[in-house]
Amino acid sequence: MLLLDCPWCGPRDETEYHYGGQAHVRYPQVPADLTDQEWAEYLFFRDNPEGPFAERWVHSTGCRRWFNVMRDTTSYRVLAVYRPTDPRPEGSR
Amino acid sequence: MSAQPHRLPSGGRIDRDTVLRLTVDGQELTGHPGDTVASAMLAAGRLDVAPSIYRGRPRGIVAAGVEEPNALLEVLGRCSESMLPATTVSLVDGLAVRTLSGLGRLDPTGDEAVYDKKFAHTDVLVVGAGPAGLAAAWAAARSGARVILLDEQSEPGGSLLSCREETVNGSPALDWVREVVAELESAPEATVLSRTTAFGSYDDNYVVAVQHRTDHLGHPAPEGMSRRRVWHIRAARVVIATGAHERPLVFAGNDRPGVLLASAVRGYLNRYAVAPCSRAVVSTTNDSAYDTVTDLVAAGVEVAAVIDARPTLSPRAAEVAGTGVRVVPGSAVVETTGASRVDGVLVGALDEDGLLGGDVEADVETIACDLLAVSGGWSPVVHLHSQRQGRLRWDEVLAAFVPEGTVRGQRVAGSARGTFDLGGCLEEGTEAGVAAAVAAGFPIEAEAPVGRAATGEYGPVRQLWLVPGRRGEPADWHEHFVDLQRDQTVADVWRATGAGLRGIEHVKRHTSIGTAHDQGRTSAVNAIGVLAAALGGTPGEIGTTSYRAPYTPVSFAALAGRERGDLFDPERTTPIHPWHVAHGARFEIVGQWLRPRYFPRDGEDIDAAVARESRAARRGVAMMDASTLGKIEVCGADAGEFLDRVYTNAHRRLPVGSARYGVMCKPDGMILDDGVNLRLDENRFLLTTTTGGAAGVLDWLEEWLQTEWPELDVYCTSVTEQWTTIAVVGPKSRQVVARVAPDLDVSAEAFPFMTFRETTLASGVPARICRISFSGELAYEINVSGWYGLAVWEQLYAAGADLDITPYGTETMHVLRAEKGYPIVGQDTDGTVTPQDAGMDWVVSKRKDFIGNRSYTRADTARADRRHLIGLLPVDRVTRLPEGTQIIAPDTPVTPERGPVPMLGHVTSSYHSEALGRPFALALVAGGRDRIGETLIAQVGDSPVEVLVAGPVLYDPEGNRRDG
Ligand SMILES: [Zn+2]
Repeated sequence: MLLLDCPWCGPRDETEYHYGGQAHVRYPQVPADLTDQEWAEYLFFRDNPEGPFAERWVHSTGCRRWFNVMRDTTSYRVLAVYRPTDPRPEGSR
Repeated sequence: MSAQPHRLPSGGRIDRDTVLRLTVDGQELTGHPGDTVASAMLAAGRLDVAPSIYRGRPRGIVAAGVEEPNALLEVLGRCSESMLPATTVSLVDGLAVRTLSGLGRLDPTGDEAVYDKKFAHTDVLVVGAGPAGLAAAWAAARSGARVILLDEQSEPGGSLLSCREETVNGSPALDWVREVVAELESAPEATVLSRTTAFGSYDDNYVVAVQHRTDHLGHPAPEGMSRRRVWHIRAARVVIATGAHERPLVFAGNDRPGVLLASAVRGYLNRYAVAPCSRAVVSTTNDSAYDTVTDLVAAGVEVAAVIDARPTLSPRAAEVAGTGVRVVPGSAVVETTGASRVDGVLVGALDEDGLLGGDVEADVETIACDLLAVSGGWSPVVHLHSQRQGRLRWDEVLAAFVPEGTVRGQRVAGSARGTFDLGGCLEEGTEAGVAAAVAAGFPIEAEAPVGRAATGEYGPVRQLWLVPGRRGEPADWHEHFVDLQRDQTVADVWRATGAGLRGIEHVKRHTSIGTAHDQGRTSAVNAIGVLAAALGGTPGEIGTTSYRAPYTPVSFAALAGRERGDLFDPERTTPIHPWHVAHGARFEIVGQWLRPRYFPRDGEDIDAAVARESRAARRGVAMMDASTLGKIEVCGADAGEFLDRVYTNAHRRLPVGSARYGVMCKPDGMILDDGVNLRLDENRFLLTTTTGGAAGVLDWLEEWLQTEWPELDVYCTSVTEQWTTIAVVGPKSRQVVARVAPDLDVSAEAFPFMTFRETTLASGVPARICRISFSGELAYEINVSGWYGLAVWEQLYAAGADLDITPYGTETMHVLRAEKGYPIVGQDTDGTVTPQDAGMDWVVSKRKDFIGNRSYTRADTARADRRHLIGLLPVDRVTRLPEGTQIIAPDTPVTPERGPVPMLGHVTSSYHSEALGRPFALALVAGGRDRIGETLIAQVGDSPVEVLVAGPVLYDPEGNRRDG
C-alpha cells in the first residue's frame, strides 16, 4: 500500500486515491486536425516504462484534487509529487 | 494423576500445578498451561497424526512451530476451525481436536465471534521477539520513539525459549528476556504484541499482522473481546528479526513418524519439558544439532549416535564426542525402519560427492532408536524482506539464501539474515534498533547486550540435498520426501525435470511442492537443492520462488473483521424508504442504493405486480421514488461552455427553465452516462446521472476541469442526497400534480414538455417540478428538499387516492422505458456502444466539438455492421428471453462438431409488456437497423427461439402520449 503525499492534504494511504494513468498526455487542442493514426495514439497508446513514470492520481476520498506523481514502476518508490500546474521533474518520461 | 509418561520431572515453561484436559481424535490426554497440542501429545507419548494427503502414509509431528508440515488440526467447537498446526495451538481446558490429512473443511456454521482491525502508525516496527528483535526493540524504545514489537509465539523470547544454557549479560537468557519485556511494557510509547504474526509486507513499510487474542484464554472468551485482530501498521522504519527455520534431510523413509527436526526436539525438551523418546539418533550436516544432543543427554535420553555428514569432526562435534557420545562422521542416515514409528535407522558412509561408497549392502549399519532428529541446515525467514522485492543471495558457506542489501527503510537482523550465533544476533539487533530510531528522528546510542551460547564458533555446513537411496535411480526414489504435506518426492522432481522443466517456479507448479498451507517452509529450499542435484549447479543458480503474503494462513473472518452482514457495504436509502418498507416493497440493490423493485399487493408475484403497475402508469396514474438518480450542480461563468464540451449535444444556449436530455461519451466515442439536465439560471445547471454512475460522473467532470481546462470558471457539487425526486406518471398525473401544486398552471401550453417550474406546494413546501418522462407518458418529476421528501410523497399519494395512484418500482420503470426504446447505460450499453449504435444519432451535435466527437470518423466506429440497439419480438409471443441470450442467424449449426458459433449479438433487456401483450427484448445486433423485419434466432439453452427484429421503439412510436 503506497503512501502518497497529497500536495494539499499530506501523506495518506493509497486507498484514499484513484489512479489516473499517464500524466502529461494533453487532450488535443483540435482533435479534428489529427489523423486517425494520431487520434488513435492519443486514445490508446501509453508509455509503459521500467523506472520513473509520471502519472496522475486523484485524492478521491480527501480533497478530490488531481495531482501528479513521479513513481518508479520497478521499486514503486515515489520520487516526486507535484501539482498539475508544476513542471514535470527532470529525468522522467 | 495425568498420563504424561514423557514429561520430564522438572523444567519447561509450563504450569505443572494446573492440569488441562484435551481430546485428540477422541483420545483423552492431559497437559498444562504453556503446552501446545503438539507438546501435550508428545508428553503422552503420541506423535502420530492423520495419514498423508495423497498416499495415506503414517505421519507424525515434525516441528515445534509454524513450519510444521504434518500435524494439522481441526479444532472442534460450535464453529470449528481447520488447518491449524498442532504446534501453534495453545492448550486450553476441554480442547477437542481432530487431526487432518492435509485438507480442512470450512465449517458452514455462522461464526459469531467478533473480529476487528486496527490501524497503527509507529516510528519503529520490530517483527520477531527473539534475541535480535528484543535487542532492536529495546534499543529503539530507549530513544523515546514509538515502537511496536510483534511476535507470533505465545510469549517473547524466540529461540531463547528453547535454550538451556545460553546466557545474556552473564545471566540466564530468559532473565534478560523478562527484563527487556518489562522495560518495553513500562515505556509509554512501546507496544509488545504476542501471538501476532506479521503476514504481509507492502509498499512504504505497510505491514499487516494478525493477532490471536482469545483462543488461548479458554472458553468462554471474554464477552465483547475480538477473537482476532488484524493490525495495519505503517512504520517509518521496520526491523525484520524473524529468525530461521531448520531444514529436514531428504532420504528414504524420511517421512516416518519419529523423524523430527533437531531444533524441535530441543524445544520440546527445554520449553515444554517433554522427552519425546528414550533412545535417539541425530543426523546432521552442521553444528546446531549438537545443542540438541547435549540437551538430550542432560534430560537423560540415550543418544545412540550422531550421524554427521561432514567428513571430519568440527570442534563442536569433537567436544561432544569427547563427552562419550558416539559421533559417526562422513555418513548419513539412508533409511528408516519401523511400522507406525521409527524403530531404527540405516547409516551409510558418504564419499566426497555425497554418494554411498563401497559395498552399500555390507557397509550399511543398523542402529535401533525411537526417534531420529535431523538437521539439514537453516533457512532464514526472509519472507517479509522478499515480499518487498528485497534481494536474496545464496551463501555457500551458510548453505542458505540470505538477504542481499536492504529494502528502503528496513533492516534485517539476526538469524533472518544468516547470523546464527546468539552474540551476533544481539549485536545486530541492537545496531538495527539504534539505526531505525535514528532514521525515524530519535537519536540514541546503545550498547549491545553480550550473549553467550554453550557452544563457541559454529563449524562449516555440508550441503547434502539428497541422500542417495540404496537401490535404483533418483527417478525411482518414491520414498525420499521433499514436501511432506504435498506427498512429493525426489521421484516427482525427477519427473518434472524429465518433462523438460528447469525453473524452480515451473517445478513448483508441476509438483505442487511448496504450495501447501505451510508454503514450503521445510521443503522449498530442499526442493531447490534437489533440483540443483538433478540439473547440476548450485541452489544459488536455481534461485528461489517468489514469496507472497500471507506468511501463515489467515482466516477470512479475520480479514473481514466487522465488515460483514449489515456492515459489509454501506446501504443507502432515500427519505421515502420507510414508506416503501411499510407498503411491502420488494427491494433491489442499485449501486449502494436500496430501491423498491415492485410493490406486490395481496398474493401477487412479480409479474402480476409489474403488470398492474404498468397499467396504472399507461392508463391512470402511478408514482415512483426517483431520488437515487445522481444529481450534480454545475455552476460558474463557463458552465454552459463546459457542458458543451462534455455532452454530445449543445447546452450553452439552453434557455433558463428548460430541460435537455444529454449523453456523455469517453474520448473513444463510447457512451459513459446520460441524464436530463436543467438550466437553473445563466450560470447554474443541474445534471442528473444514472443511479450507479453518479460518483464516477462527478470524478469525470472534475478530472477534465482540473487537468485539461483549469481556466474554465466551473464548480461541481454533488446534490444527490439533498433532493428527493418523485416521478408522477400517466394520463391522470396532471390532475394529481394540479391538486398538490395549485399555484402552478399545469396545462400543456403553459408548462410544455422538457421544461421545469419552481413553485410552492399547497403544503408550503418549495418544489421544482419538471415535465420530463422516462415512460413516454405524460409525467412530472417533483423535486423537493430531502427533508420534505417523505411528506410530499404522502401528499401525492393522498391526492391521487381516488384515482388509484399506484406506487411502482424499478422493474415497471424498466418495462416502461424499454417499451419506448430508452436505453439504460450499463445495461443496454457496455462501454462499446456509441450514441449512434444506440439509435441516438439525433443527440450527437454536428455543429460543435465535444469529448468523443473525433472518434466517430474512425474506421471502426464508422463500420456499417456495428452492433445496433434494436427491439426483438419472440415470434411465439410467449418466450421471455433471458438477458444475455446470444442472437444468431437462422440455420446456423449449433453443434460441438461444427465448432464456434458466429454470434450476431445479444439480448440486453427483456421483459413482458403489459401494453403490447407479449414479451419483448432490446438487443445489440450486428447491423441491426438494417435487419428490421428479419427473423433471427435467439439461442436459449438448447432451444432456438425465432425472434423478429423491430425498431427499438415498440410503444407509441409517434410520441402522442407525452402531453396526456
Ligand atoms: Zn488531498
